[in-house]
Amino acid sequence: MHIVVCLKQVPETQNIRIDPETHTLVRQGVASILNPFDYFALEAALKIKDERESVKVTAITMGPPQAKDVLIDALSRGADDAILISDRAFAGADTWATSFTLAAAIKKLEPVDLIICGKQAIDGDTAQVGPELATILNWPYATYVKNVEFLDNSTLKITRQTDEGYAVWKLPLPALLTILKDVGDPRPRSYKCTLRARKYDIPTWGVTDLNLDENQVGLKGSFTQVIKVFSPERRKDKLILEGSVDELVEQLYSWLKEQRIPGI
Amino acid sequence: MDYFLTEEQKLLQEIAYEVTKEKIRPVRAQLDESEEFPRNLMDILAKTDLFGVCIPEEYGGLGGGVFENCLVVEQIARGCIGIATTFAATGLGIYPILLGGSKELKKKYLPDIAAGKKLAAFALTEPGAGSDVSAIITRAVKAGNEYVITGTKQWITNGGEADIYTVFAITDPSKGPRGASCFVVEKGDPGFSFGKKEKKLGIRASATRELIFNECKIPKDRLVGREGMGFILAMKTFDKSRPGIGALGVGLAQEALDIAAEYARKRVQFGKSIISFQAIQHKLADMAIKVEAARSLIYSAAKYIDTEPKDASKVAAMCKVFASDVAVEVALEAVQILGGYGYMRDYPVEKLLRDAKILQIYEGTNEIQRNIIGQEINKEYGRKKESIL
Ligand SMILES: Cc1cc2nc3c(=O)[nH]c(=O)nc-3n(C[C@H](O)[C@H](O)[C@H](O)COP(=O)(O)OP(=O)(O)OC[C@H]3O[C@@H](n4cnc5c(N)ncnc54)[C@H](O)[C@@H]3O)c2cc1C
Repeated sequence: MHIVVCLKQVPETQNIRIDPETHTLVRQGVASILNPFDYFALEAALKIKDERESVKVTAITMGPPQAKDVLIDALSRGADDAILISDRAFAGADTWATSFTLAAAIKKLEPVDLIICGKQAIDGDTAQVGPELATILNWPYATYVKNVEFLDNSTLKITRQTDEGYAVWKLPLPALLTILKDVGDPRPRSYKCTLRARKYDIPTWGVTDLNLDENQVGLKGSFTQVIKVFSPERRKDKLILEGSVDELVEQLYSWLKEQRIPGI
Repeated sequence: MDYFLTEEQKLLQEIAYEVTKEKIRPVRAQLDESEEFPRNLMDILAKTDLFGVCIPEEYGGLGGGVFENCLVVEQIARGCIGIATTFAATGLGIYPILLGGSKELKKKYLPDIAAGKKLAAFALTEPGAGSDVSAIITRAVKAGNEYVITGTKQWITNGGEADIYTVFAITDPSKGPRGASCFVVEKGDPGFSFGKKEKKLGIRASATRELIFNECKIPKDRLVGREGMGFILAMKTFDKSRPGIGALGVGLAQEALDIAAEYARKRVQFGKSIISFQAIQHKLADMAIKVEAARSLIYSAAKYIDTEPKDASKVAAMCKVFASDVAVEVALEAVQILGGYGYMRDYPVEKLLRDAKILQIYEGTNEIQRNIIGQEINKEYGRKKESIL
């Protein structure tokens, strides 16, 4: 069984700067970390590797050359292989262009039985790449997965969190999952794996390795463009009500009335 | 200070400290309160490969020595020596097998220990035999293809939790100290059970229990080495393990110093941070001197012991005494620097003080260590040809 874990290097969330021209994140001078949610994706994959026979876990990331740090981290925790997807042409990719590029990498990695992603990345916060990647591959997928079990070698039983409660699904492989922290605490680095990771020569795949056209990837291949990124102004017109529940209801009601809210 | 460690040695420290920072510090106060056995943390440590630090590579370990073990336990001790003791007691438990066990015993037990799948324990002390280990009365009688063990061991770290126990028992009462032997007993062996779990001043995350052997039958190939080698194996084990107790002391003292220094910079009295008072600075200076001196001794002695020298017992005893005394002194000063807050359970230093005390007691009290050092000095100077006086 071959599991691919998709990881993203993200800026440490404090002190984010936005490039005024491109409206994308300025990465220079900002500490980079593995997207915290992706630790759980990796843990989910490594747990399957602990529990089942002959499982291979490949960690992939698309990003600048220094993104290989997150791959070294993944190898240090027990991933078998790692691929860095990196090319100047990939820069400025939106979620679609990113998913498109990752899909090409998955095809090159085939056979792949399972793709595991974090539930979202803390920089963009879109939670789109997982579902988009599955859609491009035409694979079934499940988001916000909190538990993964195997019914047999080609069928998963997963529990996903929904707004209303939990849903339990049967999912044929190959499939894609995005994972919640409920799968378990990320394991520490292993000494032996870290020594191996330090010597491991991580391959880099670019546009030509993936047989892609420059117009399909990066900023050029993106359907969306960020026009402006800004911190919302703090609202000053806040109102704090105090008192018993009955008083609060009374106060709120008369305030809404003053505002001439329709229907009140 | 830079101790010029190799990349591999630095990595051992890094990985052990990561576990301390991310997994142990956040739960140590809670485990101290609940006195719960840290099974989950042992499983986490298993994933780091560190249980195999001094097990040869052919048995799945990392092939390190006493020095590498010290580097690892020092970092875990910064988190909690209850947890570090639980970890280190497994090393103590397997040392007799490493030092005197047959290839078959090593093959049978060491790989699971290295992988962290099983924990071990070392069982020497009895109700009537603490410092005077020669007073043990647990008996092992050979009967055909088996040994039958009867007796009680007291205060055994990892008792009830470990799967593998190295147990010292008398095989030939007529031979005095040369009549003791060492055996491997497994949890679940017939006639082997556990007594109550002790309630302790400190290291409460570690489990300390009585082991009860009621005509416990084990196959005869569980004898470690030969009959009569028991005390030699025990003493050789201590030569390897006592620097590790010293390293626990260094880790604990470092934590106490780190907390005290950080606190002293933040706490303001009389309009100034208290670190600006010379009285506090001098305390911190003495603490820092002691920590570094203890670490320097442990590191150089541990490396020396790894060369299998003749005077290993003396040097190992020095490590244990010096660093455990430092741990108690530094923890006590840390409480003083934190004042009333230091006395409260809301801050971690009162626990450090309670925990530190055990280091002067177990694996041979500090009085016994000084006896060992003193007797060795007497012998050494008796042999000396050159006279100054
Ligand atoms: C938490 C804990 C965990 C332990 N874990 C283990 C374990 O895993 N395995 C194991 O086998 N044992 C273990 N022990 C036992 C420990 O090693 C003994 O407690 C220790 O060796 C001292 O023995 P004792 O307590 O009987 O003290 P005693 O020997 O009764 O000593 C009492 C006092 O007299 C002093 N004294 C005794 N003889 C002399 C002398 N000749 N000269 C000067 N002073 C002397 C001692 O230093 C001490 O101060 C543990 C103990 C504790 C408390």
